[in-house]
Amino acid sequence: MVASLLAKLKVIWGVIRRPSVHYSLGFLTLGGFVAGIIFWGGFNVALEASSTEEFCSDCHQNVYHELQSTIHYSNSSGVRATCHDCHVPHKWTDKIARKMQASREIYGQIIGTIDTPEKFEARRGTLAKHEWKRLKANDSQECRDCHKFDSMDFTRQSTRAAQMHSTALASGEKTCIDCHKGIAHRLPDMADVKDF
Amino acid sequence: MKTRKILSVIALVGLSMSAMAATIPADKVATLRQVPLDIEPTPPVMPKVDNTDVEKARSYPMQPPVIPHKIDGYQIDLKANKCMQCHSRQSSTYSKAPMVSVTHYMDRDNNFLATLSPRRYFCTQCHVPQVDAKPLVGNDFVDLHELMKKEK
Repeated sequence: MVASLLAKLKVIWGVIRRPSVHYSLGFLTLGGFVAGIIFWGGFNVALEASSTEEFCSDCHQNVYHELQSTIHYSNSSGVRATCHDCHVPHKWTDKIARKMQASREIYGQIIGTIDTPEKFEARRGTLAKHEWKRLKANDSQECRDCHKFDSMDFTRQSTRAAQMHSTALASGEKTCIDCHKGIAHRLPDMADVKDF
Repeated sequence: MKTRKILSVIALVGLSMSAMAATIPADKVATLRQVPLDIEPTPPVMPKVDNTDVEKARSYPMQPPVIPHKIDGYQIDLKANKCMQCHSRQSSTYSKAPMVSVTHYMDRDNNFLATLSPRRYFCTQCHVPQVDAKPLVGNDFVDLHELMKKEK
């Protein structure tokens, strides 16, 4: 068994390392280049397709509807922060890591972990805590991707906002998610959540 | 079946007759609608919520203090009370927000409770933010204090 497999591998290796007989070097180089573009493009298209509102709201429709009345979806300037802006890291390596982690969510989709509003409601606390933990760990990176601390003009904020941001946030004692839980979705039962 | 049909027709005619008879003259209708019913007026611009964070004086001693900030999207339900994130006893030292009055921790027999009393849980039942709007109806409220001064 192992011997025959090794023999096969040896044949393949022989083919790979032998120079091409029929195709020119130019064809192989350009062909490889074009194929690379197609595959890399296809990969990115799939990656982006799995980050759209339509894709997410297929299962998480409850929270998507909740988002629509919040400031991150409907506001005066028309800028919209949608699902992936907050829930998928922007840095490539982190994004791929999160996408790999999300393979578990495919399993959830197959067995129907949250396929009814009741089931979703029962898991709301667990799911919310995952995200709070993630944002706490990365110092609310996905908030800061848009809300740059250095660009915050405290004089244009309300008094209490300026007071909090210039002390607790500036010193790093607190991070965005510590105070701004429930900014985009309804809160789960907060009875056992610290500072609430 | 047939008698029922006839009866309902009679009732309908009767009803419409009485409606015609009871026409109310336009100037007698107490309404805030300034235009005829078949015309859709342009609504006034929505006033801005006062967000100054400056506490407003109460008009009378028992008045629930008004909220001097925006409360858009604040969730107050069985699961969470967003107001209490800052105004609870535990948070107010840190948040510098006024702690909810001690009466909110009492039940109706004046027993003190460890947490917010359920009958005082829904903040916006009594406390409301203020908008910068022209009052729709006149108001001749006089502060009790002013009234007492006049009496003297």
